Amino acid sequence: MPSIGRDDVARLADLARIQLTEEEIARFAGEFDSIMDAVASVSEVASEDVPATSHPIAMTNVFREDVVTETLTQEEALAGAPDAQDGRFAVPQILGEE
Amino acid sequence: MKDHMTSNDMIRRSAAAQAAALAAGETSSEELTRAHLDRIAAVDGDLNAFLHVSEEEALTTARDVDSRREAGETLHPLAGVPIAVKDVVVTKGQPTTAGSKILEGWVPPYDATLVEKLRAAGLPILGKTNMDEFAMGSSTETSAYGPTRNPWDRDRIPGGSGGGSAAAVGAFEAPLAIGTDTGGSIRQPGAVTGTVGVKPTYGSVSRYGLIAMASSLDQAGPVTRTVEDSALLHELIAGHDLRDSTSLPDPVGAYAEAARRRDVKGLRIGVIEELEGEGFAPEVRARFTESLDQLERAGAEIVRVSCPNFEYALGAYYLIMPSEASSNLAKFDGMRFGLRVVPEDHPTAENVMKATRGAGFGDEVKRRILLGTYALSAGYYDAYYGSAQKVRTLVQRDFAAAFEQVDVLASPTAPTVAFRLGEKIDDPTAMYMNDIATIPANLAGTPGISLPSGLAEDGLPAGIQFLAPARADERLYQVGGALEALLEDAWGGPLLAKAPELAGGAAR
Amino acid sequence: MTTTDLTPVDFDEAIARYDPVLGIEVHVELGTATKMFDGAPNVFAAEPNTAITPTSLGLPGSLPVVNAKAVEHAIRIGLALNCSIAETCRFARKQYFYPDLTKNFQTSQYDEPIAFDGWVDVELEDGEIVRVEIERAHMEEDAGKNTHVGGATGRIHGATHSEVDYNRAGVPLVEIVTRPIPDTKGRAPEVAAAYVRTLRDIFRALDVSEARMERGNVRADVNVSLRTAPSAPLGTRTETKNVNSFRSIERTVRFEISRQAGLLDAGESIVQETRHFHEDTGGTSSGRPKSDAEDYRYFPEPDLVPVAPSREWVEEIRAALPELPAARRRRLRGEWDFTDLEMRDVINAGALDLIEQTVAAGASAQSARKWWMGELARVAKDREVEIEALSITPAQIAELQGLVDGKKINDKIAKQVLVKVLDGNGDPAAIVESEGLAVVSDDSVLTDAVDQSIADNPDVVAKIQGGKVQAIGALIGPIMKATRGQADAGRVREIIMEKLGVS
Repeated sequence: MPSIGRDDVARLADLARIQLTEEEIARFAGEFDSIMDAVASVSEVASEDVPATSHPIAMTNVFREDVVTETLTQEEALAGAPDAQDGRFAVPQILGEE
Repeated sequence: MKDHMTSNDMIRRSAAAQAAALAAGETSSEELTRAHLDRIAAVDGDLNAFLHVSEEEALTTARDVDSRREAGETLHPLAGVPIAVKDVVVTKGQPTTAGSKILEGWVPPYDATLVEKLRAAGLPILGKTNMDEFAMGSSTETSAYGPTRNPWDRDRIPGGSGGGSAAAVGAFEAPLAIGTDTGGSIRQPGAVTGTVGVKPTYGSVSRYGLIAMASSLDQAGPVTRTVEDSALLHELIAGHDLRDSTSLPDPVGAYAEAARRRDVKGLRIGVIEELEGEGFAPEVRARFTESLDQLERAGAEIVRVSCPNFEYALGAYYLIMPSEASSNLAKFDGMRFGLRVVPEDHPTAENVMKATRGAGFGDEVKRRILLGTYALSAGYYDAYYGSAQKVRTLVQRDFAAAFEQVDVLASPTAPTVAFRLGEKIDDPTAMYMNDIATIPANLAGTPGISLPSGLAEDGLPAGIQFLAPARADERLYQVGGALEALLEDAWGGPLLAKAPELAGGAAR
Repeated sequence: MTTTDLTPVDFDEAIARYDPVLGIEVHVELGTATKMFDGAPNVFAAEPNTAITPTSLGLPGSLPVVNAKAVEHAIRIGLALNCSIAETCRFARKQYFYPDLTKNFQTSQYDEPIAFDGWVDVELEDGEIVRVEIERAHMEEDAGKNTHVGGATGRIHGATHSEVDYNRAGVPLVEIVTRPIPDTKGRAPEVAAAYVRTLRDIFRALDVSEARMERGNVRADVNVSLRTAPSAPLGTRTETKNVNSFRSIERTVRFEISRQAGLLDAGESIVQETRHFHEDTGGTSSGRPKSDAEDYRYFPEPDLVPVAPSREWVEEIRAALPELPAARRRRLRGEWDFTDLEMRDVINAGALDLIEQTVAAGASAQSARKWWMGELARVAKDREVEIEALSITPAQIAELQGLVDGKKINDKIAKQVLVKVLDGNGDPAAIVESEGLAVVSDDSVLTDAVDQSIADNPDVVAKIQGGKVQAIGALIGPIMKATRGQADAGRVREIIMEKLGVS
């Protein structure tokens, strides 16, 4: 198992959009190694011929009819918004492509 | 005139007994609800089981039920009996925080399906209970709103993540509560607080309105003081829901009837070898063995079974759960609801997201999100998440093989009695071990119950866990109800009667 | 000035030296009543944030449920593109953070699409057919719409903040991905546009979407790469996203080929990146360079169960498929007995439906073609409109032709009547009636007119009787003028010949 270092944690924090202090990065890096040791055994026993189970109870084809259901009002939709204008959610400046 | 039961006596009754009292006119729902609100006011300042108490709403529901009863309407058996709801379940008009700062003050515009059922049946909702942040934990210590204390010993944890619901019920603040169980979060608190908790078969209770942690593991269930109460509540909240694709189309079982049967003759009970060795405290194990002896004397057959892949269950869980949680928690970004933190420099959308999540999430949540992000990363998927899903298959096979030989499986619910606040919080891997017996059922989707097995180390409660095949939840109530009767007979009353009286402190 | 802005090479020179390979991803918004995973209405331009359920907004606790109609539409599209339909397929989460996503992941399909391994024949203007291989078609949900506020152009750069409307979030999409399209050479721009047009026509024929590019119902991402020769390995490609008209697709491909050739000529390498097309300049520019190569951390959507369309259901859908555009064109060509060239001209002029409707109203195919491709095309050009925008209907054209066929009016009068119909004077028959434009075929009237003409033109009569029969036109002319063109010219001629004793 590769060891998870400070840079890995910083990269993961970026991917997950969580701002971490240097102290947090260092601490998490330390903890991860012991956690990863605990879970390392999993790949040993998971051989090729064992299928994956993603749902505990196997089901297929659960659908809904193409019929309109109850909706929220614009007010309800915006009720929790940190900032709203003109019936829309106001969000800070987005950099980069659309 | 109504027969005057002191409210102190009334709140100590089971929910079924309270319901009977309401039906018999011995008390009104308003009186009953008020009695519980008074109890909350008296003890919750210290206990901190409740994050929000909805006095007005609860009393309004209570009065409405009373007038409908007086008008001769046919009501649900539990109508008018108050209930507390874990704060991971959305309640329209009432704040829902999931124990996190990132949702402080968020009021959902809709009800969870199970809440709709509670309201339709006329159960006054007393309020929302405390929990580990986003249900991540086994002690309720990661709550952003302070820990909940164990009613048996205020310096000890009440278990987690649903410590608030278990403590509320254990301290007679509510006769019923709703919890959720992803890795043991209903059952383990039940064990350390001397209460009853059930994780239904996955899909048996709708997840619509449950703030998701691990989608393929989460399940809502009852938290009560008796097995029959859990059965009654389970019957109320279970059922197919068109809004949850993973919801089972099965009809709801006759759980209460099974709980009352008190017959285990011929029932084959399998003791899981892998869950009874070292790591489990001696007196916890002793209470477990004694409970099985009781059942054997009553006609059950005790067999030893091996579930060799359970050894890998913890590892698989701590890969699947953070992976799914990291994805489910991505929506908390300060854009549409909840906390928004705007940094002074470069307050771009991206930086606002980072600052919000950095400030709004606690350590354990961050830890698991990072872990999950790692496990799903390109190049790591097969080794981690992919492998964990295979272990899930192996665990299911172990269960299937075991249930060929026995009707139910048994183990101690948790390895130890309640530990002290602060004792394990700095050692994540030690904390994770609390769930070693409960996790396999979440991975496999099978149902499990925890009920008190007796007092163990330090005079604190221990729990015994039973597991049944998927969709055979009534077996849990059958064996649980029977054992509860046998044990309470031996104890001369419920285990909770041995709990210390709470000193009380003003509620918030 | 970045290296991507080096002087582009002339297109034909670029084609001479490099072999272009295309890859096109088309997203089509399905015209279902509700969204892909929840029951909010799928509507265009409602008030912002009103077509919303908790699931549309991704609120904590909300869950998705698959829209059966969307699955049916996706299967229809797959079948129309000659794809295999999966026996079982799953949804997956594609994870990235962006304010137009409600959950910061998009529920899509990753390694298990509902349809795969298909093809579609694309007919170019000159009749050449290019077979485009389809790698897959899969289902996914749309994102919300960002409006950028505060900048000068409403574009993202310079905006101070954005406002988000989630009405569109969750609308069902099907994404169709081609395999690399080789061997198009200089026709690459044309092929790209024609491919998307072909898909658009299929979507409309299937009735799975209004498929209006200008409304964003159909969006194309165009990938272009160059290699030194068809035998060489594929070059690095660029992806130009959200190109929203056929013309822009053509221009994008042209520009990218030229631009990339310019870079390669200068010894530079192509940066694998996302680009954007600009209407005003006709060129593309760099978007944000992709960092982390965008690790989407795909995993199977745990809140949904697999979709396993039974073979019976798939065959039911296949049996109910309407006639697709290519098959329809072949059938009509046969029925109408047009030549390839005639058919192509009709299609290129966008007159296929009009002619079909005119034939349905009773006209012959050739006459319908004559009117729409002739007189009406000319009028449309003069008035600078599309032929379908002219205020005349196929039924009216059929009626007009019927009057000609029944010899009620002649061609010349018919053209006059046509103009009157276009000017809103009513239906052809009614106009002929009210303005007395019918062909005069009453023999006594004609005989009188002939007598008059003979009397007025003795020298012409002499010529005719002397053997110059073609001079008869000079006698017919005045009669037509006197009758305002309504005389039955054929009958007039007969009468003159009789009277003069000529055969």
